[in-house]
Amino acid sequence: MKKPSQFDAIVVGAGPSGNACAYTLAKAGLKVLQIERGEYPGSKNVQGAILYANALEQIIPDFRDDAPLERHIIEQRMWLLDETSFVGTHIRSEDYNKPPYNRYTILRAQFDKWFSAKVREAGALLICETTVNHLIMDGDQVVGVQCDRIQGDVYADVVILADGVNSTLARKAGFHGEIKSENVALAVKEILFMPEETIRQRFNIGEESGVVIEMVGRITDGMMGTGFLYTNKESLTIGVGCMLGDFKNNPNRTSPYALLEQMKRHPAIAPLIEGGEMKEYCAHLIPEGGFHAIPQIYGNGWMIVGDSGGFVNAVHREGSNLAMTTGRLAAETVINAKAASKGYRADSLKAYKTALDDSFVMKDLYKYRDMPKVLHKNPQFFTSYPDMVAQAARTMITVDGVDKKTKEREIFASFRKTRKLTGLVGDAYKLWKAIR
Amino acid sequence: MTAITVNVEEKLFQNRYRVDAGRPHIKIKDADICTNECGSKSCTFVCPASCYKTEGNGTVTLITDGCLECGSCRIICSEHMNVDWEYPRGGHGILFKFG
Repeated sequence: MKKPSQFDAIVVGAGPSGNACAYTLAKAGLKVLQIERGEYPGSKNVQGAILYANALEQIIPDFRDDAPLERHIIEQRMWLLDETSFVGTHIRSEDYNKPPYNRYTILRAQFDKWFSAKVREAGALLICETTVNHLIMDGDQVVGVQCDRIQGDVYADVVILADGVNSTLARKAGFHGEIKSENVALAVKEILFMPEETIRQRFNIGEESGVVIEMVGRITDGMMGTGFLYTNKESLTIGVGCMLGDFKNNPNRTSPYALLEQMKRHPAIAPLIEGGEMKEYCAHLIPEGGFHAIPQIYGNGWMIVGDSGGFVNAVHREGSNLAMTTGRLAAETVINAKAASKGYRADSLKAYKTALDDSFVMKDLYKYRDMPKVLHKNPQFFTSYPDMVAQAARTMITVDGVDKKTKEREIFASFRKTRKLTGLVGDAYKLWKAIR
Repeated sequence: MTAITVNVEEKLFQNRYRVDAGRPHIKIKDADICTNECGSKSCTFVCPASCYKTEGNGTVTLITDGCLECGSCRIICSEHMNVDWEYPRGGHGILFKFG
């Protein structure tokens, strides 16, 4: 009954994980088919978007020569916001302004198109405008995919699922269940165009350097989440994401777009984006369940990489680097299995999981394994604390004839009123325990 | 937070779509469940493209033309599992220019 394999490997999806995987496979001389449902690679993909150089460097060392990069990041701001103010840190270093740069802002539609061209140069066959509906099984072994085209059944020795956060294929095949709303964040964002000169002046940056701002506080309406503002070459990306379960259970029934609009009007943000011309509005789910939410990622003839495996480090806002690394390691597993003629059963593909465990991917996810739970159970990190800090700073800095000692007492009294001493100490301990 | 009114259609107007006319990729399985058994109707405010609307008589309507393909509606309908969610046919749906 088994049809002869037409390809060594089929990669479903042309995002960072799928491209990293297909590139590595093709480069090693394997016969690779990559299937993308968008009109072109990137047309279905949404991200903040920050590119971390290291993960890509390990795949394409000279990517900086021609990759479409917006700005390298020289400054990161972390803001806590209450209704009217913000308190924050700025980390800016001239060390970040020297090549080789560590991270960049990118536009995914352009970046993914570039990465995909590299994949094809390496020898993989790419088919766009094609949605994979089902995996084809022979008993318990994946042997191919069924596409929404006439005669759309294609066979391969191994199928790698890089189909993104919604990963319908793995779910339909019964490899894992439906995503839980407490394990994904729903993020919405807009891209706002403005003259390059305006961006440089507003953010105090040069022609190619950039700034990222991460925000926590009242902008998420009591929900667990963050806002962000990134500088691109001639545009700003502004967005906000909260846990999907929090949106669902929010008594205010706040819509994601209302949240974003409200955030854009915050007095700390409005002047930075003023005059920006909105050219696109996106929404995307981000798998933020972390270590405990990672599903089974390999089996007989299949592996899962990138967002479809939940590989996002929500604490550090890292995703595309985990995606590319999982894609690369899955590809290396296939290459090794082929070289050793070990076949593509689970016992052979298990090497993928072992390689992941040894990499920063699983080490980092394991380190923060309890973070989602701690933050979720303690919404004060997104409400009372930003309020308290902002108010304390305001009180100390306002000069009104009240002596500083009295102000200190007032601040401490208000802290104790909001959170009690045991609450404060307890929260600090919980956070420390979750990140140590 | 004070509630504000946002015209989401205005935002979606900036996006590029290739609509698969007459073949919506998301369907409500059983309209009666939305009307009679779902109290929260969370899809009507969580969907970032406002595809789901409550009508005066308590029914929920779905128009997928502006769908951003995020998948939220499918996941939040966990009590009733009343959303039939597929990816659009190849090449159709939202086409991000910037992503």
